[in-house]
Amino acid sequence: MLVSIYRYNPDTDDKPFMQDVQVQLPEDKDLMVLDVLELAKQQDPSVVYRRSCREGVCGSDGMNINGNNGLACITPMSSAVKPGGKLVLRPLPGLPVIRDLVVDMSIFYKQYEKIKPYLINDTAPPAIERLQSPEDREKLDGLYECILCACCSTNCPSFWWNPDKFIGPAGLLQAYRFLADTRDTADVERLAGLDDPFSVFRCRGIMNCVAVCPKGLNPTRAIGHIRSMLIQQGT
Amino acid sequence: MVTNVTSLGRSGLYDWVIQRFSAIILAAYSLCILASFVMNPDMDFEKWSSIFEGNAMRFFSMITLLALCAHAWIGMWTISTDYMTSLQLGGSATFFRILFQAGCVLLIAVYLLWGIQIFWGN
Ligand code: SF4
Ligand code: SF4
Ligand code: FES
Repeated sequence: MLVSIYRYNPDTDDKPFMQDVQVQLPEDKDLMVLDVLELAKQQDPSVVYRRSCREGVCGSDGMNINGNNGLACITPMSSAVKPGGKLVLRPLPGLPVIRDLVVDMSIFYKQYEKIKPYLINDTAPPAIERLQSPEDREKLDGLYECILCACCSTNCPSFWWNPDKFIGPAGLLQAYRFLADTRDTADVERLAGLDDPFSVFRCRGIMNCVAVCPKGLNPTRAIGHIRSMLIQQGT
Repeated sequence: MVTNVTSLGRSGLYDWVIQRFSAIILAAYSLCILASFVMNPDMDFEKWSSIFEGNAMRFFSMITLLALCAHAWIGMWTISTDYMTSLQLGGSATFFRILFQAGCVLLIAVYLLWGIQIFWGN
């Protein structure tokens, strides 16, 4: 099978290029894209990419697989490539490339930092822990599972156009995770920080983020909830 | 750098609400005009201008005109701050963006004043 990999080493290459590597796949197994990439690396050890857990938990091997963002370790070849086609691997779009499939995620993390991704509660802490009813805890389902792989934000045109000002789907999903948390008491300040024309309102609701999230999460719905909260507070 | 100073409401929420409200007004007005054609199959200039003579229709037209201007500005501002940033155009982005926005303001102002003249002039 032919694997086409985006190669770029800023120290030696003038510009990026696609390198084709021939890989022998076992006939009886449906490998994951990451396995195939490992095989390609055996052919050419200079290919660089990130990976760690190889089971969709750490979020480090987000990449563009045949045009779709996803985690290489949990994307089966059968769903990534049509029979007879070739595997095309590129870095996540819209972020600066450090080398080959490795991108600089600083701006992505900066947006995440902006939403204050931690519990704020100024009341005196109880002796053991802040308790929550099972119903209140349920409100965090579909929000807390995010692994910050950046597949969604780097698939979002609004994030491509204004990565320094639009929080992006990943950050906004987490913004709502803390707005929805009954133990958090900073809703007013959190919402005030999101009211400008860019942070939330650049979302055009085209759901590119929902389409690619490897954890099956729905940032667009969370963004809708934030917008409703802003409207409730502002009117 | 893209900033918020040229946005209409200076707040994403206001812009968003104005955009939706003005869209509803524009849709209602379009339906109103459509209905006037349906109800007057033999529409001629006399009839057409008499529809716009009543004060109610004049106010409605005026409000629609204002809604159109606000709607157009928010839309054009959004487009210019999406596609005319330093990421896309490099160092001269601010210059081109302000030029584009100034052009939009001018067009919208002409449209508004011209509209007022048409609806309230004689
Ligand atoms: S729904 Fe919003 S956040 Fe998601 S991809 Fe579209 S514009 Fe981006
Ligand atoms: S919402 Fe999904 S796609 Fe986006 S960063 Fe979290 S896990 Fe990744
Ligand atoms: S290697 Fe950890 S998510 Fe793929």
